[in-house]
Amino acid sequence: MKEFTYTITDELGIHARPAGLLVKEAGKYNSRVTIECNGKSADGKKIFSVMSLGVKCGNTLTVKLEGDDEVEASMGMEEFFKKNL
Amino acid sequence: MVTIHGQGVCGGIAFGKLELLKKSVKLVQKSHIEDTKREIQRFEQAKEKASQQLRELYEKAKAEVGEENAMIFDIHSMMLEDEDYISSIKSGITAQRLNAESAVAMTADNFAHMFASMDDSYMQARAGDVRDISERIISILANASMAGISSDSPVIIGARDLAPSETVQLDKSKILAFVTEEGSSNSHTSILARTMNIPAVIGAVGIMEDIFNGTDIIVDGFTGEIYVNPDMHTVLKMQQKKQQSDEQNKLLRKLRGVEPKTKDGQKILLYANIGSIEDMPSVYANDAMGIGLFRSEFIYLERKSFPTEDEQFEIYKSAAQKAIGKRVIIRTLDIGADKQIDYFQMPKEENPAMGVRAIRICLSRPNIFKTQLRALYRASAFGNIAIMFPMITSVKEVKQIKEICSEVQNELKSEGIHFNPDTELGIMIETPAAAIISDMLAKEVDFFSIGTNDLTQYTLAVDRQNPLAEAFCDIKHPAILRMIHTVAENAHKNGIWAGICGELAGDMSLTELFLAMGIDELSVSPGLILPIKQKILDTNVSEIRDKLLNKLLNKLE
Repeated sequence: MKEFTYTITDELGIHARPAGLLVKEAGKYNSRVTIECNGKSADGKKIFSVMSLGVKCGNTLTVKLEGDDEVEASMGMEEFFKKNL
Repeated sequence: MVTIHGQGVCGGIAFGKLELLKKSVKLVQKSHIEDTKREIQRFEQAKEKASQQLRELYEKAKAEVGEENAMIFDIHSMMLEDEDYISSIKSGITAQRLNAESAVAMTADNFAHMFASMDDSYMQARAGDVRDISERIISILANASMAGISSDSPVIIGARDLAPSETVQLDKSKILAFVTEEGSSNSHTSILARTMNIPAVIGAVGIMEDIFNGTDIIVDGFTGEIYVNPDMHTVLKMQQKKQQSDEQNKLLRKLRGVEPKTKDGQKILLYANIGSIEDMPSVYANDAMGIGLFRSEFIYLERKSFPTEDEQFEIYKSAAQKAIGKRVIIRTLDIGADKQIDYFQMPKEENPAMGVRAIRICLSRPNIFKTQLRALYRASAFGNIAIMFPMITSVKEVKQIKEICSEVQNELKSEGIHFNPDTELGIMIETPAAAIISDMLAKEVDFFSIGTNDLTQYTLAVDRQNPLAEAFCDIKHPAILRMIHTVAENAHKNGIWAGICGELAGDMSLTELFLAMGIDELSVSPGLILPIKQKILDTNVSEIRDKLLNKLLNKLE
């Protein structure tokens, strides 16, 4: 399993649009993508699950990746967060 | 005549007949089914069709309102494919033996409830998205069509609430205005209405009365007022207002989205001055790039006792959110002089314009100041807020302010409250002292905004409240213009930007001179933005710069 943490700098947090992009990005990998924040955890491939975290600017997330392509997934997702959130 | 009060979310005036759109499927018939396989199949087919509709809507919206605004339909498509959503519907069918319609309705309720209970108004508004996709599936299942406009001529649309997909599906050439009983200013309908520039009012409780269907109404998207069966006086008054706003709209259509840039490529920011949160619709209607001056006094003036931190926070947060990422410069409390508030219990002063006013009140009564700063920093987590301090005369004051700001930041940090630590801090340059030491002040702050009204009165020693002295008040006095020039130069030498937010900013006879000085931002009342933008587009600075500046500095060419 791979994991990384990321602190959200986007002023609006993970609102609908980035949640949609995030789910699309997570869908590119075989690995399971789990996002943890504020004591809740969400499946990164499901949009309602991601939105229900209610992630806001300044929140720190832990993203866990598990599966045969977890190394690529970890790099890809981390880059996605840096670029979009 | 009946007057209904709502909230204007897109400025503009519309006269027309009201057409009430009522959903054709109101109630979902709940029934018990035996053949669960067949029911699952019905759902799958409906979902497939819904997904196809959403793709078409996405393309339609992309062409009409741009990719950014169309994105919502792409998100709806993803919601439709969400595994949790689908499995909840399917288990409703298989485990509870519900018909597909009610399994979708039940799931919609659960998911909508989850969003509605979140502590963030943006997320709460997403409950509407869940209902929208679910109603789409239900309509397909029930073979019902979405409400459409029945009239042949353009009408004003009234509805309980309009889902984004419904707003886009409606034939735009037939819509004069939108009025809904529900909805929020964050909802996509409001955003789409603004993008399409159609007058829109939400929260208009009472509009759905059947007897109003087909009656003549007037919608004022600026104030949120709706007049049903208006009397002659109202008609005349509103016709006049409509004429003004139509002219504005003509200009807007031409200039919307056009960057204010001179012929030779010099850019300038055009911001709006506002005095309350209700002014936000006119900010959008005039295509402002941000709020250059948000006067926070109104929060204090409209009441009998001090506003609490939470009350202020909600107002600033709402302003930040409504501006969707655009810069909102909020000026801290500026009272005293001509604005007095009883509960502040300020001692009577012989000469209040030169007394304890604005920042001087804040620095001598730090509790009032800190409450406001806490509210501002908390709101900074929700948008692009900048804080501006009025009536500065010395570097010492600015240092004191910054110290209080860092105290506030430390408090919030230790309480675990989010804020943007990089919130820009700026000052008003509205005293001759500040203008003259602007080179020193520029090292302390992120931006300057020149307040020409006070700068004029303090420089020319003319009381602006005194009509007898008016003849001595030359608002274009070279002393003022030279000071503005100096301030801009000192700002640029120190790598910060300088704007003007006083009345002079809106004086179109000076726009060219301000461009020649390299002023970075003009903040004016919303109605002046477009005419000034036109002026900027018509100007070639390199042709006039030397001539104007030499004249100002009395140099021979």
